Amino acid sequence: MNIINFTPVSAFVGGSLIGFAAFVFFVFNGRIAGVSSIASNSIIKNENRFDNILFLLGLIIGPILYSLSGKEIESVLTNSLPLLIIGGLLVGLGTKIGNGCTSGHGVCGISRFSLRSIVATIAFIITGVITVSIFGI
Amino acid sequence: MTKLSSLISGIVFGLGLTISGMVNPEKVLGFLNIFDAWDPSLMFVMIGAIIIFSPLHFIFKRKSRPIFAKNFVLPSNNNIDNNLIIGAIMFGAGWGLAGLCPGPAISAISFLNTSVYLFVIFMFLGFYLGNIIQSRK
Repeated sequence: MNIINFTPVSAFVGGSLIGFAAFVFFVFNGRIAGVSSIASNSIIKNENRFDNILFLLGLIIGPILYSLSGKEIESVLTNSLPLLIIGGLLVGLGTKIGNGCTSGHGVCGISRFSLRSIVATIAFIITGVITVSIFGI
Repeated sequence: MTKLSSLISGIVFGLGLTISGMVNPEKVLGFLNIFDAWDPSLMFVMIGAIIIFSPLHFIFKRKSRPIFAKNFVLPSNNNIDNNLIIGAIMFGAGWGLAGLCPGPAISAISFLNTSVYLFVIFMFLGFYLGNIIQSRK
């Protein structure tokens, strides 16, 4: 195992912002900032629909604001289109059936010491590692 | 007023995803590529987010109700059931194929990339199908 491209400072700073954003959502709206739930509820439930859509809109505005500072944002998709489509479908289905993703289980759930979320996070990281070892980057 | 806090939380969340590099699928796959060339950054993103969200949310939760909403809405299901595990495994597989999870996928809409749009469309299709599967049970 080699360690490459490791950016601990920007990762930690960005992560803190994510934690703060989740705190804002919790304090003002009383809800957990799990993106898969917010996104799926925006098409499934009428309750809080406008709140959910505005949160998603904020997610899109974030990188645009950042790029206004003149910095480049790197974003490279490496796998072929069919794999991306299967990936999208699996991410949607899996997070709906398992009630959460990296933010809902990985960040908020672990923060709440939820055993359910800790188990889910371990399961999706292990599966992700296995998938990458099979299909490569 | 919850609409304003939703938008602001989404923007800060999106900025955090951008600064941390998580909007770059290549970097996320680098985290999952433990056995080859490993980029541990994502771990620092999660640590940063949890360090901020966990104590702040515990302190606030004891005090009162949310500032704009009537009450807190927290996940009530504590069971580690088949749906949780199956869903997390499906999500992990999709995550490992594309390097995108729901938050970064939605933020990446701002990059005007057709592959990202396809991923997001199929992710929402997955939410929709997952909801049908869940409501049948």
